[in-house]
Amino acid sequence: MNSITLYILLIASLAAFACAIPGTFLVLRGVSLMSDAISHAILPGIVLMFFLVHQLDSPLLIFGAALAGVATVVCTEMIIYTRCLRKDAAIGIVFPLFFSVGVILISQFARNVHLDTDMVLLGELAFAPFNCVIVDGVNYGPIALWLMGVIVVLNLSFVFLFYKELKLITFDYEYARVIGYRPLAVYYGLMFIASITTVGAFDAVGAIVVVALMITPAATARLVSARLLPVLIMSCLTGVVSALSGYAFAQWADVSIAGAIAFMSGLLFSIAFLLDRTLPYGLK
Amino acid sequence: MSELITNFTFITVLLGVSILGISSGILGVFALLRDQSLLGDAISHAMLPGIACAFLLTHSKNPLILLGGGAIAGCIGALLIPYITRHTVIKKDAALGMVLAVFFGIGLMLMTCIQKKSIANQAILNKFLFGDASTLLRSDVYLMAGLAAIILFLVWLFWKELLLTTFDPLFAKTSGFNVQRIEQLLIGLLICAIAIGLQTVGVVLMSSMIVAPAAAARQWTSSLRLMAKLSAFFGVCAAVSGCIVSSLFNRIPTGPAVVIALSIIVLFSLLGAPHRGIVWNRVRT
Repeated sequence: MNSITLYILLIASLAAFACAIPGTFLVLRGVSLMSDAISHAILPGIVLMFFLVHQLDSPLLIFGAALAGVATVVCTEMIIYTRCLRKDAAIGIVFPLFFSVGVILISQFARNVHLDTDMVLLGELAFAPFNCVIVDGVNYGPIALWLMGVIVVLNLSFVFLFYKELKLITFDYEYARVIGYRPLAVYYGLMFIASITTVGAFDAVGAIVVVALMITPAATARLVSARLLPVLIMSCLTGVVSALSGYAFAQWADVSIAGAIAFMSGLLFSIAFLLDRTLPYGLK
Repeated sequence: MSELITNFTFITVLLGVSILGISSGILGVFALLRDQSLLGDAISHAMLPGIACAFLLTHSKNPLILLGGGAIAGCIGALLIPYITRHTVIKKDAALGMVLAVFFGIGLMLMTCIQKKSIANQAILNKFLFGDASTLLRSDVYLMAGLAAIILFLVWLFWKELLLTTFDPLFAKTSGFNVQRIEQLLIGLLICAIAIGLQTVGVVLMSSMIVAPAAAARQWTSSLRLMAKLSAFFGVCAAVSGCIVSSLFNRIPTGPAVVIALSIIVLFSLLGAPHRGIVWNRVRT
């Protein structure tokens, strides 16, 4: 195994691990499609930040993208709050609008830059190891690896610090509000974490596979357990297994790594689903 | 402006996008009222592996064959969602998201197979992914018109059943209607509408084409018949204004322009509609 393969495996595993953490809470809370919305809506954030800094590999782009992700959540929640539309409808209107704004901005002002919708939607893991952090001529490894590492630490510390609060707003939002836990603040914190994770991971695996890594491992884990901590751990493990087996499958069949990771996560869910259906007492 | 009206390409694009506006507008009403707004989004993503498979098997560029393959995959995806929610503890949103992302991932894998075989034909798939209204041909528009005619006819034919199962599925069931069959009919119709939209606005923006006109229409009326008409009207309005904007201003793609026009209509409806609108409620209280 050469260092390129090792880097790809590490980046993919870290991305899967990072996605599974907010993904679990999104799935349990019943708002998993917010990850779909965020992953599309970050496009205008990236483009606008690019106009400010004129650099494609600046960390500020990620900050801009995360802000756009949070803006999507805020807009969606505002529409739901008016009671004029339900959650799904609000999501389905807001993220295409953000995406459209991004596409138009690119087509108007950034024609000559390597910044296109393909890149955001599909991603390419195979190129990630070649974009390295080089300080004073010393190579410190791929940017994507550092980025995903930081995001994993961030996600883990967020869950560690706010575990009680997250648990409460996930299962009994109203109770959390009544006893003064500020559930909205925790919810937006979670969404900010989800945005940052989406942004960090989309560069490597593409926006739509991020959705697969957020939702599918958590759903698989949910079939196995009904307790929060086991679901959280199982979901991280399942995510990493999907990433590793997806890479192996992609190498074997010579296909897109990102696609194979999504496929593997689906396959793991199918296996869990079939076991749950056929075993006499289910998986739990 | 008068130059536009006589321009053959402009008329073709305008016709295509308007047909999309009408058909997705009418179906969106049912999707919205049944709280299945994002089903269209899932189906449109799930169609990708079918399109890629059809291309791999037949090497044909005929949109009818490609969309046919896509329709089969979309159907499988759409039927998997209720299957998962019925048999497990997984909620609807997670099942929907999984189908969307996993099918799309499979589609990506198949796309890389196509890329290895032929570079030149890859463009045809990009067209389905991101949509490009400016490349619509007259033959495409005829196909879209045919699909739209089927949709309108079936909605007209099954109006009573659709109405009943949307508002009171339990009563529909006890009255002897096959609720599941009607649901499948609606999925089939949605797939037709998405097939119309894929070449025009692409996978991502399809969600807005289905949800937004219906969401705007919902604010103005509580009658299903009127809501469907209004929704189709909003769809056409957005289509026409989007097409005009994109041809007047250089380099603005049609799909995003239509979606932004739709969003403006939704915003205006949310704010200004009588009885439900935000401004109305502010003034009254």
